[in-house]
Amino acid sequence: MNKIFLIIQREFLNRVQKKSFLIATILLPLIFPAIIAIMVYVAKEQEKSARMEVIHFVDESGLFNPDEVKRYELKRFDGTIEDAKIAFSNSDDFGLLHIPKITLSNPSGITLYTKINPSPSDINDLESKLALQIKEAKMIKFNIDQKILDSLKTNVSIRSISLSESGQEKSSDTKVLFAIGMIGGILIYIFIFVYGAQIMQGVIEEKTSKVVEVIVSSVRPFQLMLGKILGLASVGLLQFLIWIVLITSVSSLVLGYLGFDMPQQEMVDQMAVANEVPQNSDFMEMMQTVNEIPVFYIVSSFLFYFLGGYLLYGALFAAVGSAVDSPAEAQQFIFPITIPMLVSYFALFTFILDNPHGTISIWLSIIPFTSPIAMMGRIGFGVPPIQLAASMICLIGGFIFTTWVAARIYRIGILMHGSKVSYKVLVKWFMMKG
Amino acid sequence: MDQLVVQNITKRYSNHVALSEVSLTVPHQSIFGLLGPNGAGKTTLIRIINQIIDADEGTILINGEKLSPHHIGVIGYLPEERGLYKKLKVGEQLIYLARLRGLSKSDALVRIKYWIDKFEIKDWWSKKIEDLSKGMAQKIQFISTVLHEPKLIILDEPFSGFDPVNANLIRDEILALRDKGSTIIFSTHRMETVEELCDHIALINKSKKILEGQKKEVKAKFKTNTFIVEHKGDFSLDGENYERIHQRNLEDNYLETLVRIKSDRNANQLIQDLIGSTEIHGFREKVPSMNDIFIQLVNGGSDE
Repeated sequence: MNKIFLIIQREFLNRVQKKSFLIATILLPLIFPAIIAIMVYVAKEQEKSARMEVIHFVDESGLFNPDEVKRYELKRFDGTIEDAKIAFSNSDDFGLLHIPKITLSNPSGITLYTKINPSPSDINDLESKLALQIKEAKMIKFNIDQKILDSLKTNVSIRSISLSESGQEKSSDTKVLFAIGMIGGILIYIFIFVYGAQIMQGVIEEKTSKVVEVIVSSVRPFQLMLGKILGLASVGLLQFLIWIVLITSVSSLVLGYLGFDMPQQEMVDQMAVANEVPQNSDFMEMMQTVNEIPVFYIVSSFLFYFLGGYLLYGALFAAVGSAVDSPAEAQQFIFPITIPMLVSYFALFTFILDNPHGTISIWLSIIPFTSPIAMMGRIGFGVPPIQLAASMICLIGGFIFTTWVAARIYRIGILMHGSKVSYKVLVKWFMMKG
Repeated sequence: MDQLVVQNITKRYSNHVALSEVSLTVPHQSIFGLLGPNGAGKTTLIRIINQIIDADEGTILINGEKLSPHHIGVIGYLPEERGLYKKLKVGEQLIYLARLRGLSKSDALVRIKYWIDKFEIKDWWSKKIEDLSKGMAQKIQFISTVLHEPKLIILDEPFSGFDPVNANLIRDEILALRDKGSTIIFSTHRMETVEELCDHIALINKSKKILEGQKKEVKAKFKTNTFIVEHKGDFSLDGENYERIHQRNLEDNYLETLVRIKSDRNANQLIQDLIGSTEIHGFREKVPSMNDIFIQLVNGGSDE
């Protein structure tokens, strides 16, 4: 036990003392918020500087009076459509909207002429603007008072609340839960790959530098393998911890710069007021969900699946490293290991996040090879305790199993040099007595 | 008490037998040469003694005790395939390896200081192994092998990779360690090393031990009653008692002839028979070298 700890310590110090660790750990969390901040900044500036484009309209029906649609200014053209077309083709303006003589009941034949293709959202915006005006015109026609019309205008926004079995109400903004699932899944995916590759590289280095024979004359091969895996896990946890601290502080700085400089508590206080004046309700609701996220539950599940997945795959990466003499040779064995990872990664984006309670989503989150990523996609949406328990037990069983298999290959592999290794050979090593 | 006793060790792999009922006795404070051609099973035996792999059958006793994990601290092992952590600094490396052998950090530091003073390599402390020459790295590896003052030191081809100056240095250290009470096992192909250093030997060929004993006894056993005669002018001997094996010309018309006595005659009688027919300038018994014995046994074995 003491020796495993020594190995863990050595592996930990080896990595942490490297410059590359410092660079990756400090720069990475700065790079992402920086990119986001730059993008938001650019978008804001663009919006500010964007010139209103002009769309002329010829209204032969006399029903419409649109002035502005999003970034377009609508200008009435007095004259025939033919004159308008000539004037338009000589101008720099964006478009020409032709509204023929239509009735309220049959508003067909409206045409937009443009020099460059309009985006679907532009068309949409125009359509809803016209539809609204037709609606208003119809209401006036039905003798509905303008005051009544004004009072009909309401902003509706649905707040979704999930009722837990204990009757507790939780508001949930699916966008936030979606983001949690996505970020958690991606993080685990990247961590397993990056750290798995490091385990493999470390094993190959020990093997090719021949230092391994000296080491295994002092400790059991299993102790060496486990020490390396756990040592790197502690590096990963440290890195993760630093990232959390950095991201939290950097993003609050960035948000502050962008004008969301409200401490969360204040935001919650305002929520009560916000209920009466629901002007910024979407954002408030999001913040409401953010505040109601069971942070401890999510973070501890993340840590569990991060560690479990890492141990499960880390052992396999160690076994592959022990079998080969160079990283290039490792490719053929790495590929099958990555398949379940890729499956769960793509499943995360194609259906787990959209349908976290679907049958396949449930099974993927229970099978140990896919559960670390799949479960992260589901965790925010609420997972029945029985499924969570099954998944966790399977994952623990899974990494004990892969560690056992890997150790049997590892103990033989690290002492074998220059032999051509195939799956058959791996099976032979696995079956071999000590 | 013998330092190491190997009893009937057998190790099988799926398609061949690496060791077949090998037994050895390594006396206390001896320098024991473990000889044999490539692939004979020497490395397998050494790995079993180092508990890197397990034997299928047989037992190993260290100082009378059955081999167990706590013996890691009393064995020092220098594998044939040398290797250290390339990116690790000399000091950290030595401390780490010593601690894996069960030394405390403070003990390790004291002993490392002793050795780096002895080898005058103080300024290597913060150098990475990859920045050292091969010979320098070998010295570090040697230090790491003996740092925990093992009672049993197993050296696999210890002199390969050393220049003559460093090889001498290491040889002197090995002898000094023996004098301080350690037992040393050499595995080597270099017969000159065996001639010079070993007092006991064992020869393994094709997974079996075919010879074991004190070096001088082994040599005596392989004497062939052959004598080297330096003389001027040829001679003839009766074919019943003697066999002329080989003759070659030396400088100034001298000849050297190899004569084997076939009957129960002794060296004096051979001299008497020679004196009449030639002028003798030199006469000595041909003692077989370890190299001769090695080749004779290994080649003889392959004819079976």
